Amino acid sequence: MHSLAGYIFKRNESALVVAVLLTVIVFSLSSPYFLTIPNFVNLIEAWSVTTILAAGAFVVLVSGGIDISFTATVAATQYLAATLMARHGYPPALALGLSAALGIAMGSINALLTHYLRVVSIIVTIATGSIYYALLIFITNAEEIYNLPDWWSNRAASFKFELASGDTVRITMSIMVMVVVVLMTHHLMNRTRIGRQVYALGGNPEAASRIGIGVLRVQLLAYGYLGFLSFVAGFIQASRVQQAVPTAMAGQELNVLAVAILGGASLVGGLGSVGGVVLAVLFLAMLQNGLTLVGVSSYFFGVVIGLAILVSISMTSLADKHAHRWHRPRANR
Amino acid sequence: MNRSSPNADGGARLTAQLDSMIAALRQGTSNIVGLILLLAVLVAVFSILMPSTFPRATSLQSMMFQIPELGLLSLAMSIALISGGINLAVIATANLSGLLMAWILTGVMPADASGFELGLWVVGAFAAGLVLSIVVGVVTGLLVAFLGVHPILVTLGTMTLLHGLAIYFTRGRTISGFPDAVIAISNETVLGIPVSFLVFTLIVVLAHVLLTRTELGVRIHMIGSNLEATRYSGVNTRRVQVWVYVLSSVLCWLAAVIMMSRFNSAGADIAQSYLLITVLAAVLGGIDPYGGFGRVAGLFVALWILQVIASGFNLLNVSPHLGLASWGLILILVMAVKRVAASFNVFPKAGSRQRNAKPATISQSPEDSQ
Repeated sequence: MHSLAGYIFKRNESALVVAVLLTVIVFSLSSPYFLTIPNFVNLIEAWSVTTILAAGAFVVLVSGGIDISFTATVAATQYLAATLMARHGYPPALALGLSAALGIAMGSINALLTHYLRVVSIIVTIATGSIYYALLIFITNAEEIYNLPDWWSNRAASFKFELASGDTVRITMSIMVMVVVVLMTHHLMNRTRIGRQVYALGGNPEAASRIGIGVLRVQLLAYGYLGFLSFVAGFIQASRVQQAVPTAMAGQELNVLAVAILGGASLVGGLGSVGGVVLAVLFLAMLQNGLTLVGVSSYFFGVVIGLAILVSISMTSLADKHAHRWHRPRANR
Repeated sequence: MNRSSPNADGGARLTAQLDSMIAALRQGTSNIVGLILLLAVLVAVFSILMPSTFPRATSLQSMMFQIPELGLLSLAMSIALISGGINLAVIATANLSGLLMAWILTGVMPADASGFELGLWVVGAFAAGLVLSIVVGVVTGLLVAFLGVHPILVTLGTMTLLHGLAIYFTRGRTISGFPDAVIAISNETVLGIPVSFLVFTLIVVLAHVLLTRTELGVRIHMIGSNLEATRYSGVNTRRVQVWVYVLSSVLCWLAAVIMMSRFNSAGADIAQSYLLITVLAAVLGGIDPYGGFGRVAGLFVALWILQVIASGFNLLNVSPHLGLASWGLILILVMAVKRVAASFNVFPKAGSRQRNAKPATISQSPEDSQ
């Protein structure tokens, strides 16, 4: 029995697959609308921004760090792009390029400070997060920008097609971008040299450095990539709510990190996969959607997520204790 | 891994360890001197900029009104940080126990209660909030102690759960309209000093004594410094961890009492922005984010630094957002100064050896070869 539980929960991904399957079975039995394509597409659309950010946060977590400041980056890049296009008439390509550069720069500052100050990244990014956010509100006066360019805010950029059942399904830009981001992150982390170096650094910084991995270079990649994905998420988020606000996503940073961690990214670094993060999103999205469909109050959802996190870490921990895995890296380092 | 407590045959070793630990705790004052200097410089600068408004008793009093709530929450965070953990649920714990107290005072207590009966209701409500916070602390502590998972994860879960419960019970609304006796707690003054500040100062002194002069306090430092070594020296580390989160949660309850009295309301989303600020204040005050080191006195000075900046900027009519930005900037500067100082230091700080043992960090960069 122990070994069976150990087998299922040792790999976070398999536990999540079981959780997702259970959710699907329970809710498709209790609501006929749950297991339909339109519902599934809506559910993915609603969680696209979280998925993009969780993919970025995942890379930083694998490198052994953590970033609290990325929601400020989301708002800053989104606002810069909107200002340049709506108020100063910049061509879209230039505006988006500058915003992406800003996102990468903000992430890189975190990497440089973490590297040179030798302070835990959570402390550094709490400090930079408050600086970024405060400066953003100060500079923008907390004003919203509503007149986004049409191609950005309306849903022209989507494929529409009709199902046999007569329902119309819209594959929006959010979904397409999200899929690209997930595939890109998967490729980066599994098929490129620097991606594997991120795992190596998170797994054992000392060993990684001794075999000649440039620690700063890898950190710049991880935090810079999260900065870039924050720009992407900001762009998508603005198109979904059709405005750019300096307070966009404020206070959501721990929720996004929770998704990445639920997906198997370890705070110690070196563990996890993009597939796990996607499964975690799928699990939470289906849980929220299904609970709403069977008539559970949406106010109850926070309780469900909290319990999901606690149950998940308990199971992984118990399985790992059996497998002698969790404590070892910490005790020996 | 088998985590059963080893037997207590290392009694003599433990005593020796405790002695050196206490010695280290008593001499770790250099950091505080630097912070006091920084505070003095800030006070001097603001006094020169605003000679007629800043160095006045009224502005001092208003600072004293504002410090306790962030102060108590930062203290709750600091105890967890010193033990090598973190408590991300401080705000959620405070708000949930605040809501319970608010619900008893406005929904259960008869509206015409007065005199002795009112007093009983108020005491009963506070006791209920205290019991709730203790339950939260015990559960969090047990999860941390027995799962062996990093407290960031555990308290991320409890934070989401407690906040979710608060949202579920209130539907996002706030509760307000408390008896005058409750309002008075944070608005009365004694000799011009706010009662809430006196309470806070008393708690700071108690926390200092607890952390530096008692067995539990020293053990909290020890598990923060090296959990495994502490366990092998015969300390029941699980019991210490449960105590850490109980103490932390009780401080959150006290913060909740002061917050509901100051704002005359309780809700699920009050003071959310304080969560990360409590970590900032603690680290600025010299609490080692890796655990094991830090003094409450340093935190106390750090809170004054943050408050002087906020009040000074406010009096200068500078945007409060720049105040927040300068809080972050000061933290980075202080860390940079410490980093430079450490690289010139011949004797490494006692804590630096432990750094490699801690998770959630990338900063112990391997080429640490100065």
